[in-house]
Parts: sequence; C-alpha cells; structure tokens
Amino acid sequence: MKGFLLVIGRDLRLALRQRADAWLAVLFFVLTAALFPFGIGPEPNLLARIAPGIIWVVALLAVLLSLERLFLADFEDGSLEQLLLSPLPLEAAVLAKVLAHWLTTGLPLIAAAPLLAVLFHMDLAGLGVLMLAMLLGTPILSLVGAVGAALTLGARRGGVLIPLLVLPLYIPALIFGVGAVDAALQGFAARPHLLLLAAVLLVMLVITPLASAAALRQALE
Amino acid sequence: MALFEGRSLHCRRGGRDVFAALDFALPAGGALLLTGPNGSGKSSLLRLMAGLLKPAGGALLWDGRPIAEAPEEHARRLHYLGHLDAVKPVLSVTENLQFWAALRGTTKALGGSLDAALERFALTDLAAVPGRLLSSGQRRRLALARLVAAPAELWLLDEPSVGLDHASVGRLAAAIAEHRASGGRVVVATHTALDLGDPIPLSLDSLAPPPLPEMVW
Repeated sequence: MKGFLLVIGRDLRLALRQRADAWLAVLFFVLTAALFPFGIGPEPNLLARIAPGIIWVVALLAVLLSLERLFLADFEDGSLEQLLLSPLPLEAAVLAKVLAHWLTTGLPLIAAAPLLAVLFHMDLAGLGVLMLAMLLGTPILSLVGAVGAALTLGARRGGVLIPLLVLPLYIPALIFGVGAVDAALQGFAARPHLLLLAAVLLVMLVITPLASAAALRQALE
Repeated sequence: MALFEGRSLHCRRGGRDVFAALDFALPAGGALLLTGPNGSGKSSLLRLMAGLLKPAGGALLWDGRPIAEAPEEHARRLHYLGHLDAVKPVLSVTENLQFWAALRGTTKALGGSLDAALERFALTDLAAVPGRLLSSGQRRRLALARLVAAPAELWLLDEPSVGLDHASVGRLAAAIAEHRASGGRVVVATHTALDLGDPIPLSLDSLAPPPLPEMVW
C-alpha cells in the first residue's frame, strides 16, 4: 500500500512540475466544446438537446490527448524497468499511475463541466447528473486508455495507434454517460444509466491492471 | 550459503540465438565479470538474471530454486542497473533517489542512508539540483547511488562505469568491494578497467551457438 501511494505521489508531483500537460487537456476540452455553439448557432433548444453528446465526445478526445504520456516517459528513461523490478507488483503500479492520470486529467475536466453547461444552456438538474456521470465515466476513460497506451508502447508511432485501439472501447462509457444526462434532461430517472456506468468502471478496475501489466512486461522484454 | 546459478542457459532474441549452453555459479560475496565483444549477449544475460527476459532454455536457480517460481521475491533481492538511468528531469537529485529507496521499503533510517548514498558518489553538493541539469556522468552516479541507498543482495550492473570520471570509477569499485565484503554478490558487464578484486571471469565470446544449417555454405 505504501508503494502504491508513493507512485501516485511521484506522478502527481511530476504532473505538478510539468503543468502544461495537465492544462492542455482542460483547455482542449473547453475550447473545442465552445466551438459548437459558434458553428451551430445560438439556438437554445437545439444546443441543450445536443449538449450531453458533445460534452462527452469532447471529454473523450481530451483524455485521448494525454494518454500517450502515461507510460512513454517512464519507458524511455528506464523508470518502467525499475518499477517492474521493485517490490511493488506491476499491477499495483499500473493502477497507481492510472489513478494519478485521472486526478490530473479527468478531475479537471469535471471541474470545467459547469462552464460548458452554461454555454449550452443546460439546466441545473442536467448539470448535476452530468458531473456525477463524469465522476463515474472519466475513470473508465483513463483505465481503458491505459491498456491502449501499454499495448502500443514498443510500437513505432504508438501515439497514432492509441486512438484506433481505444476509441471503439470508449463506446459503452459514451452511451451510458450520455444516456444518464439525456434521461435527467427529459425528466426520467438517470439512476439505471449511472449504475451501468459504475458496472463498467468496476469491470475495468479489474481488467486494466492485469492487461496493462502483461502488455508492459511484453514491451520490456 | 545460497548459490545463484544458471544451468545450460539459452537466449534467443528476435529469432536469433544469442548464446547457448551457458553455465555459471555465483556464491555469496562473489563477483562475476562478463566479457565478450559487442552483441555477444552480455546485456541479454543480465536481463535474464534480473527476470526481465525469459530464457529460451535452461534455468536460473537461487539456492536450488528456479527464480521463475517466485519472480517478485527475486526482484526484491536484486538491483538492476541497465543502460538507462531512470532519472526524472523535473525531480531533484534527492527526490529521485528518495523515491526509489522508499519504494524498496527502507522507511526508518531513510534520511541517514540517503545522505550516505549521496556522499558515497559525491552528489551531496548536487542534492537540490533537478535531474535535467545533470551531466550524463552525474546522472550515472545518481543511478549508482540507488544501489547503496536501499540494500539488495544481488547487483546486476550493465556497463556501470560509462561516462564516469576516474575518481567516480574508484568510488564504484570501493562500493562494490564493500558490498561483497558484507556477503553481497555482483555481476558486472564492462569494457573498461574496473577493479573488482578477484572476479570470476565469464567470457561470452566462445558461447555463440553454431551457425544455422542454412547459413553454412
């Protein structure tokens, strides 16, 4: 457990010292989503109708931007080798790195969501559910992305491969995430969608450490 | 005393045989010196010993027990120093060292052993300097300080003296001698002169497997 916290602490400190990377995802999220009202026109009903889908898709792309760095820096400077040979199981190290990734990427996106809600004329009930759904959904994005990042590690131009691998796997999170907000906006219960999101999160919490660690061992051979 | 040994090891990389039928035995307090031309498989052998690579044949045993049975236990008793220094550019020398030492579980006497490790490789004056400002020799010394900061029984050193100045090579030799005196063992692959006392030589030159049949004309 101590090693787990140490890895999180180190990754957070690294992110804090290289703030540009963390800002990049949030700024991309806000700016890209803000383009849609300009492109579509300021029709409040239309904007409110498409808002959940757009916010989710843009959040997904913003996370995608930051995925390549997840293991690459450690791979290139030899830290990954040392992590593999440390007493901490590699699966735990992977989970720690993913958690740190979510804290520096997913959490800022959630914090920026109210800004977009205003931009898209989303009401308060919708915003609450949106943030709850993102709280469950953005960790899924980090977890699924970690598998993609680990698998493409040894490959040439791995950064280009990650979206191809990961985007299809983001579809469940996207469907339930948008479904929850849509239900809330139309006065239905958002709970079933949120529960399904939580289920996907639990499944990925198990799969990601195992799959990523196996892929990393392969990359380090 | 436990023996670290390899029996008829066979290494294959990228479909090419690197070496075959390699045997070695390393008792406590011993040093194994790997020699051989570039590409003879010194680094591959060290990665095999660390458990980063799996042998295509043969076995590595610690005290008669295959290391593949308990890879995490094996990882805990070794330090592997490869070609990469694992130094983070935005962390200071102390922070870099502290992370790896703490991960190895030396909790209590950490402050003291960190300072001693820095002192050992003359890094005390650089303690607050971020990794990106270090020269390649200084980065190497920081990687070597990791060996001393957290104790481990087996040191696997791949070209440890690359980029080191004369005085630092002497410090490395002294650290290895002290490690061996306390019962530790060390495997070194190097091309430069490094005073190891009385190492067991292991030449990988003659261990290249016979050429494949289709290559014989």
